[in-house]
Amino acid sequence: MSAPLSLRTTGIGAWAPGAPDWQHLRVILRGESAPADDATARPAGTVLPAAERRRAPDGVRLAADVAAQATAMAGIDPATVPCIFASTHGELGITDYVCETLARAPLELSPTKFHNSVLNAPAGYWTIATGCTAASSAVTAHHHSFAAGLLEAAVFACAEDTPVLFASCDVASAGPLAEMTRTTLAFGAAFLLVPDESAGATIRLALGDAVHEPFVDTGLALPGVAGDNPANAHALALLRRLAAETTARLRLPISSELSLDMEITP
Amino acid sequence: MHRVPERIEPLAVTAYSATSALGRGLAAHLEALRDARGGLVINDFSSAPLECRIGRVAGIEETALPATLAHRDCRNNRLAWIGLQQDGLLDATAAAVARHGAARVALMLGTSTASIGSTEDAYRRLTGGRFPADLQRPEIHTPHSLTAFVAEATGIAGPALTISTACSSSAKVFASAERLIRLGLADAALVGGVDTLCDSVLFGFHSLELVSPRGCRPFDVQRDGISIGEAAAFALLERATEASRAPRLLGHGESSDAHHMSTPHPEGRGALSALDDALARAGLTAEAVDYISLHGTATFKNDEVEAKVLPRFPVRTRASSTKGFTGHTLGAAGALEAVVALLAIEHGVVPPNLGCDEPMPEAAPWLVLQPAEQRIDVALSNSFGFGGNNACLVFGRGEPA
Repeated sequence: MSAPLSLRTTGIGAWAPGAPDWQHLRVILRGESAPADDATARPAGTVLPAAERRRAPDGVRLAADVAAQATAMAGIDPATVPCIFASTHGELGITDYVCETLARAPLELSPTKFHNSVLNAPAGYWTIATGCTAASSAVTAHHHSFAAGLLEAAVFACAEDTPVLFASCDVASAGPLAEMTRTTLAFGAAFLLVPDESAGATIRLALGDAVHEPFVDTGLALPGVAGDNPANAHALALLRRLAAETTARLRLPISSELSLDMEITP
Repeated sequence: MHRVPERIEPLAVTAYSATSALGRGLAAHLEALRDARGGLVINDFSSAPLECRIGRVAGIEETALPATLAHRDCRNNRLAWIGLQQDGLLDATAAAVARHGAARVALMLGTSTASIGSTEDAYRRLTGGRFPADLQRPEIHTPHSLTAFVAEATGIAGPALTISTACSSSAKVFASAERLIRLGLADAALVGGVDTLCDSVLFGFHSLELVSPRGCRPFDVQRDGISIGEAAAFALLERATEASRAPRLLGHGESSDAHHMSTPHPEGRGALSALDDALARAGLTAEAVDYISLHGTATFKNDEVEAKVLPRFPVRTRASSTKGFTGHTLGAAGALEAVVALLAIEHGVVPPNLGCDEPMPEAAPWLVLQPAEQRIDVALSNSFGFGGNNACLVFGRGEPA
């Protein structure tokens, strides 16, 4: 196996129903506060220009919110930072709309909703809003989306020696598709990752042997977020360890033979 | 500001193939490109009439997946399965898995819609508000459907990722795989792209008024939009030391326009930046490029902007879009056109820019209008997607025999 990838997380962003930013979620994950019961909350998408915000679906607003938090906390100008947006299912509400419209009246399909349906809509809106001309990507790996996306971001950062913004977001399912996709609550997390070979690294990642037992992270708040979407559960597990500010390990399934092994040092 | 990337170690492309409206495998593509015989036909696919041409792959409907993979059955995975069986790809992949170990082979595939055609089908056949029994399979109603299928079909057990950045998806997989191999996290990677015809893209691009009612005519002054096609294209990447004579992935560049969701930056800023990075990683200048496989979708805007990149190259550089042959295969286009670039290098075929009768004057000096044969040592492939997502790949020749 190769040497671990060493990174510093200089910025973190998060959004969950009842925890609209990392500051809120952090104290919840530390057990110092209970989540507000606010399942109807929508991400604000404040970083998007007003015209774009009106057109932007929830997944785009969610991604923009967590990405903006992470870059602001890191004090970095997003214009030159490559960004990678992961999602298990993409914009589920739009997929439901597109499929329902196509079944009923295909010529009535909205052009705006069609271009919002691409998995890289969050990357597109984000790069437009922030003037980011660096590489941007949209990735998915079903239940491994968080771990595989994080690996992709870490590899990009270390291979190209550049800070990378990584965000992982899923929105709630809608319509008949919901039975297949089972995501009941929107959740997003973002990390500004800087390659760092020094002792200051906060995350060291490597590929290890597969995890064969089901992933369980005891003590997680927000069961509604974690329970039905493994990528969200994996993101929360990493966030909980970063919030705890103690040395920790985390092992996430990433393929039938591999896990993503992380050493977290606050 | 943006830093010029360092030169990378080239990777060997130890196997590759394509299946599109031109047929199954490399020989069918070579023959069609040499004969200037396109594959576009009058649309007989969409669930409601739509006046356009499509690049349809014959025989997908009659294709059956092996019983062990039947739970992943859908049009897109059938096309992937057809594609994997051409030009010894499955055997070459199995050999790489045996040589390096399953967990040391990565899988990175691009797709824009994966198997959404099956989700559309389910919505047309809802029973009591639920998906019909035969489509109650979560694994095909998610954008990772393709990659999960190919992982299971090939036994690849390394990192597996779907990149879905619309029409640049399966160009970007080459870059991601190269980084993974460079850092030692994999020894080989199967990369590629598969997208199939579905109502979403036919009616979606129609709603944006981007579909030509006749048939796409890239870089023609009268061009009036895209023709949508379907394709599966794959390449197996390994370290160059594994195969000295195999063609090379020399460089890659990626960028964002930061301009608009569905139209390119008017000056081609992102396209130029991706091109510059790709050449820098290859350690080459534009003067070294013999052939460019252009994105050339035949939308008014794409071709206008892409033509602004051409003056970077000497007029001896030949350039063409093959969209007039295959249609725009969206998430598969990057890999399909990478295969075109590889065919140019290995067989000296310079595909004509089919469908163009009256070339745009600003592109004309570089455009190939008739089939040609010449030695190509360095070939470049451009891919640009929705959201201003750009990728450029540089391929070269292996060591001489």
